[in-house]
Amino acid sequence: MTERDTFAAARANFVQQLPLLIALVVLWMLLWGAVSWLNLITGFLLALLVTRVFYLPPVELSGRFNPIWFAAFLVRFVGELVFASFQVAFQAFDPRGVRSNAVIAVQLHTRSDFIMTLTAIALSLIPGSLVVEADRERSILYLHALNVGDSAGVDQVRSKVLAVENRLVRALGSSDDVRRTRP
Amino acid sequence: MTSDLLLDLAAVVSLLLGAFLSLAAGVGLVRFPDALSRLHAATKPQVLGLIFVVAAIALEARSWSTLLALTPVLLFQVLTAPISAHMVGRAGYRTGNFRKELMLVDELEDAVDRATRESERTAGDADSDSDSGR
Amino acid sequence: MTILFTLTGALFTAASLLAVYRIVRGPSILDRMIASDVLLTTLILVVGAEMVLNGHTRTIPMMLVLASTAIFATVAVARYVSKQDLSTKDDR
Repeated sequence: MTERDTFAAARANFVQQLPLLIALVVLWMLLWGAVSWLNLITGFLLALLVTRVFYLPPVELSGRFNPIWFAAFLVRFVGELVFASFQVAFQAFDPRGVRSNAVIAVQLHTRSDFIMTLTAIALSLIPGSLVVEADRERSILYLHALNVGDSAGVDQVRSKVLAVENRLVRALGSSDDVRRTRP
Repeated sequence: MTSDLLLDLAAVVSLLLGAFLSLAAGVGLVRFPDALSRLHAATKPQVLGLIFVVAAIALEARSWSTLLALTPVLLFQVLTAPISAHMVGRAGYRTGNFRKELMLVDELEDAVDRATRESERTAGDADSDSDSGR
Repeated sequence: MTILFTLTGALFTAASLLAVYRIVRGPSILDRMIASDVLLTTLILVVGAEMVLNGHTRTIPMMLVLASTAIFATVAVARYVSKQDLSTKDDR
């Protein structure tokens, strides 16, 4: 009985790690620049070795995936990345310089570490906002925002963060999270 | 022939945009007032700069295998940039590497103050408990 | 073509010189670290730009190695700086 339990646990563990394994094999093929059986087999063995030696706690995926919202997230993300990059670039040449910054606490709606991490990564890649600290238990992100002039600017940053979270939850979050984020 | 010319032109424009963003990072690095602002100027526009340069290489080489070979470069940069930005940002905030007078609101400081006040109060309670117990 | 060479070269050179200025002047070690990060990313971009201008793809592995190892120095220094701060906080 216990043997079967450990076997089932091992299989669940393997299934949970499958996305990571596939990603590592694809990366291995990209590094070699060729798709072949040899690459596939050596990549798979290496991925197994790497995930055993450098063990990471399994990521809890929600099991929900909405491609339309994910596409919406990607399009908006790339748009904001390009727009904000040029904004910060022109800021650098602006003769008035930086007037004031702000550290803003944003209370997220989600209770999932995965969504919180993705939100933090997306916000860190968009110029003008930077995650300084994260409170995992209360799911609060502390962001450093560049050139926020007044309280309207603070609100603007906050609603931007919540919009990014909202799109991510709709794309990847659990249905519980979707209900929570709906205003 | 004309499509070749268009692709070349697109490559050149991408290259120049990448170079411009790189220069903007340098200028921001020198002109911005404190370490945290410089971090904004420095790390993130260059990710877009790298995207532009990678696009220029792919447009110039005009082969899918080149684009695939370049994907890991972008992937590594996009995955590691938030980590290094967060580590430097947190270290910069904790060591007080920013100008207080430029900070409009600091909600993290408020939260830290509240937490230390609370922990002091509970620590005080624990002390008095152990005193009475003795 | 020569104009393009000169223009991109000038932009990248200016960016590197500004980063070097910040490395030399930087008041804190974090400023220097940020600036050296910019210098390294500029180097990656220059390797890429050279491929575009000379029309070859031989140095892609170089870009790959630079892009994947750039993070180590930054993380090491940032960790060291936070730890140092925690141990000296009571003195100040």
